[in-house]
Amino acid sequence: MRETTRRQLTATAIVSAPLMWTLVFLFIPYLVMFTYSFYLKKFPTFVPAFEFVNYLTIISDPQYYQVLLRTAKIALTVAVCSFLIAYPLTYFLVFKVKSARLRSILYMAVIVPLWVSYLLRAYTWKTILGNEGILNSFLVWSGILSQPTDIFLYNQFSMVVTLTYIFVPFMVMPLYASLEKIPRSMIEASKDLGVGPLRTFWHVTLPLSMPGVIAGATFTICLTFGDFVAPFLVGGPNGAMIATIIQSQFGAALNWPLGAALSIIMLIIVLTIISVSDRLERAGRIDLN
Amino acid sequence: MASTVHAQEKIGDNLIGLAAAGAMLFLYVPVVVLIAFSFNDNRSLTLPFKGFTLDWYVKAFNNQDMMEAIGNSFYVATTATVVTLIIGTAAAFTLDRISFPGKTLFRRLILLPIALPGIITGISMLNLFRLIGFNLSLETVILGHATALVSIVVTQVYARLQRFNRRLEEASSDLGARPWQTFFLVTLPNIRSAMIGSALLSFTLSFDEIPVTFFLTGRDNTLPMYIYSTLRRGITPEINAIGTIIILASLVLIVLSVYLLQKSNQE
Amino acid sequence: MSAIVEIQNVTKTYGGKVTAVDDLSLAVEEGEFVTLLGPSGCGKTTTLRMIAGFEIPTRGRIMLAGEDVTDLPPYHRQVNTVFQDYALFPHMTIQENVGYGLRVAGVPKSEVGPKVKDALVRVGLLDKAADRPAMLSGGQKQRVALARALVRQPKVLLLDEPLSALDAKLREAMQVEIKHLHEQLGLTFVFVTHDQREALVMSDRVVVMDQGKIVQSGTPSELYDQPASAYVADFIGNSNKLRGRVVDIQGRQVRVKVLGTEVSGLARQNGISVGDLVLMTVRPEKVQLLVEEEEAGSASLLSGTVLDNLFHGSTCRMEIDMGEGEPFVVDLQLRTALDQANLAAPGSRVRLAIDPATVSVFPDDGAFAS
Repeated sequence: MRETTRRQLTATAIVSAPLMWTLVFLFIPYLVMFTYSFYLKKFPTFVPAFEFVNYLTIISDPQYYQVLLRTAKIALTVAVCSFLIAYPLTYFLVFKVKSARLRSILYMAVIVPLWVSYLLRAYTWKTILGNEGILNSFLVWSGILSQPTDIFLYNQFSMVVTLTYIFVPFMVMPLYASLEKIPRSMIEASKDLGVGPLRTFWHVTLPLSMPGVIAGATFTICLTFGDFVAPFLVGGPNGAMIATIIQSQFGAALNWPLGAALSIIMLIIVLTIISVSDRLERAGRIDLN
Repeated sequence: MASTVHAQEKIGDNLIGLAAAGAMLFLYVPVVVLIAFSFNDNRSLTLPFKGFTLDWYVKAFNNQDMMEAIGNSFYVATTATVVTLIIGTAAAFTLDRISFPGKTLFRRLILLPIALPGIITGISMLNLFRLIGFNLSLETVILGHATALVSIVVTQVYARLQRFNRRLEEASSDLGARPWQTFFLVTLPNIRSAMIGSALLSFTLSFDEIPVTFFLTGRDNTLPMYIYSTLRRGITPEINAIGTIIILASLVLIVLSVYLLQKSNQE
Repeated sequence: MSAIVEIQNVTKTYGGKVTAVDDLSLAVEEGEFVTLLGPSGCGKTTTLRMIAGFEIPTRGRIMLAGEDVTDLPPYHRQVNTVFQDYALFPHMTIQENVGYGLRVAGVPKSEVGPKVKDALVRVGLLDKAADRPAMLSGGQKQRVALARALVRQPKVLLLDEPLSALDAKLREAMQVEIKHLHEQLGLTFVFVTHDQREALVMSDRVVVMDQGKIVQSGTPSELYDQPASAYVADFIGNSNKLRGRVVDIQGRQVRVKVLGTEVSGLARQNGISVGDLVLMTVRPEKVQLLVEEEEAGSASLLSGTVLDNLFHGSTCRMEIDMGEGEPFVVDLQLRTALDQANLAAPGSRVRLAIDPATVSVFPDDGAFAS
């Protein structure tokens, strides 16, 4: 009996640490944030209330819902651009690189930038696209432009470029996994039946890799939704994104309730995207066995 | 007919190869640019190159604020990794072995930060700390990082535990080992590579973290926050110099951690 | 001799629903080689795991050398287990594996070395001492698992289907090896298997289990020759099954009308009366093939047409059509080449003599309906 009690005690100790952690640092903070989203701003802080004012502001004030729409637009564009860059690259890695060793080295090379300072990767694009940047100086130096142009930086173009650059590996990872799962025999069978490579791709490879595409798009869209570094560095005056607005509510604007409400909306959007893509992925998954 | 299909395929192969090469260029040219300009003898980051210099490295190392920020980052990343490892491993064991009401909710919550943007983790914890009257400091940053990164340790260690043969623990117990002996002599050695791998990963990510740090830091800056704030004032090759060092250092850590995680997946 | 393991009215249920072991009692004598035999899901492995301490009985007690160990964890029990998948520690060398039980018990290093060496010599793997388990073959892993368990000098060695992962030839060799090990060490072995042949070859006593209960416990020959139920008769060895109605009972002697004639046998269960539908089982090698006009004597007589002769090397299995039901099979010893040449050809009529002492009669509960 003594031993069983001791075992139960150990088990309790093991369980309680992460459980308490989750409660204190995840559950309660979300709850507090949710509560705050109904509070009212009262300079310099805010007062408890149960009002939907903050949410109403967000859906009625164009300043907010337009930012939401812009964020969605940029997120979608980033997802599409990432797909266009990642797909040929991943396809090449999986089907055209014959040596397994070389393939895994190249794969690593694609994934590694993920963990190389996020901030630095955004910063580089600022140095490349700027008025005095590398791109401009190259164009002037080579005689294509007579003087530097501002069109590259501080607009939605530079944000899409930067965010695509940062998130491409997130598209490659799930794509790689789903392309790798496609049996070569299936593609060969299609070719064997006299189906051309393009149609084989369209009718066999692409549909079978859809789960990877969906997962990759989910990653890039959700990550773009939460980003405020790229808008800050390369975004310019009309480049504010939802995360930028949230950030300013907790900073300069000092409107925590509104910031909390915006965070809750972002949370809901992200969780909705994830659950929809989960469902899509499950529905589109074809059993290959 | 057959020859046209063959030709079509050949053209397709070339196009794909070209696109892949383009994508690799897109991924690596900026990195090369970043590194190259850390050695360029010119204050502004413009072409053409003026000459080779190590001045920016010297400047970076003589920059007291930056050095302090690096020290802070080491402190935060190390502590956060240790906390993450302890909580994450315990959570992985809980998920693997113990059933209790609310376990699904627990699993969802602890894995949530991996899916959610960091800004939400940062803001929700900022709300908590304000509510309980905590002053923001490096320690609150550590708690934030640990919360955001714990899911990485949980997923890796849990995956390893799922593949771990529980008979080994029974065999150990059968051979007279007390539970703690079984844990340290049998269980731990078998999940060690997953733990080290995810710890290295956590360290790298914590060292580089901005969204959570932004909301939870007090007067002290971590390195990314320091760079972030200097970028308001404009860009300087000093940042390229420190960036180059960070890239090299994280490269070493990443290769190590990926190697260890792969090894853990093969065991 | 006294009981070293005593299982007293043990029941094990999972989640209050699935009953793995149902009010089971069993005593294992010191030095005995006992095999728990049954199909998967019969509760044999659960029983073994309760002796080892991996599972705690829902009800009942387990005694080890007179001591109640029901609630003791595995590390406080003087039993050791050889696992089905060997469960060798992959991160340790062979000698570290074998020495593990001594190391955790705090045995000084100077004593561990020689003991490990002895154990490895016993199983013939001294040259593999520094290898990792992954480098060994199945049979070698098996030996390491044995050495690792035995180095602790347990009171009882538990073996959980240890040979199931080996191929047929190696399995037979290991059966002999384990049997010899048992004889040399004089230890108590409790062995679990679903392979009835393995059980018959190795054990002093076989305990046949079904649905969490013991259906029969006895020496291999008792089980084979005097099965206590139709289940045992069917599970162990091969049996011909005949169905018919009882026409006469004299003590345990039962006469049954079957296939248009009468066959006598011994009732293995009580409660059979005249007019009952019964199931009779006969071992294929106990049936005698009558030559020409040879008399059956006291034996029952059956006849049929040869369907086929299946050559098995030292024996030949003759399949005979009895006019109804499944073909009747008879195993014939082939002692000389002449025996083989003289086998009745397919299509010819044969007469069979069946000694009543070799026929078991059970109430026909509908089991094994073909």
